[in-house]
Amino acid sequence: MPPVAFFILSCLLFSLGGLAFIIKRDLITQFMAIEIMLNAANLALIAAAKFSGTLDAQIIVFFVITVAAAEAAVGLAIILLIYRQKKNIRSEEVNLLKG
Amino acid sequence: MAIFLFFLLAALSLAAVAGMIFSRHQAYNALLLAVSFTALGGIFALLDAPFIAAVQIIIYAGAIMVLFIFVIMMINLREPMPPLKKKWVYGLGAILIMVILVELFLVLRSIPGKNFAATAALGSVRSLGQMLFTRYLYPFEITSILIVAAIVGSLYLARRKEKD
Repeated sequence: MPPVAFFILSCLLFSLGGLAFIIKRDLITQFMAIEIMLNAANLALIAAAKFSGTLDAQIIVFFVITVAAAEAAVGLAIILLIYRQKKNIRSEEVNLLKG
Repeated sequence: MAIFLFFLLAALSLAAVAGMIFSRHQAYNALLLAVSFTALGGIFALLDAPFIAAVQIIIYAGAIMVLFIFVIMMINLREPMPPLKKKWVYGLGAILIMVILVELFLVLRSIPGKNFAATAALGSVRSLGQMLFTRYLYPFEITSILIVAAIVGSLYLARRKEKD
């Protein structure tokens, strides 16, 4: 199994996640797209750990997963707040800062 | 066998993410996301990272998905999202993502080796724990502060006001 295959998969996943983030308009799905992009980065890091034969990249992945969990908790709380104020979760309608 | 498993899991995760782009129900999206995370966990296991694979399935496909499902349940949208009105966003998104993809592939060309380093039992729990509690002890402890801050923050944000 050549290492490049894993990196290519990581690139494809990252791009698909980014595409989903751009063309989706509901906050929950956009949030899921962010998680997918984080996971693609994790995949590249783990492939790099195997590639270099050291463990440091796996430790970084460990921290990334922790930060993603914390981010999910706070982000979903914010989405709940937005829903209570606007009664929907479309990201187009969160435009208070738009001039 | 490993090659077959890799292609199976890779196709599964990519198909799940692609399905997420086309589906407009949040609950289906959450399900597809869980499929994608689980397949990625399998790929992590293929890459000699059994502990990270287990953590991926427990935390991502377990805990974070439960959070998503709970929020989808609390929000309780009756109908799926309407399709996007501004069609040019699709084109713009496709162009931007193609640019990023090309850039990533250009970077990939500079990866020198053709094979993985031959090491036995790279990501065993023992070696990972040893590193986590020696060289990366301070980041590990700071992570606990981060989690406490996240718990307090999300509780504060999601609480109901007394007046309601």
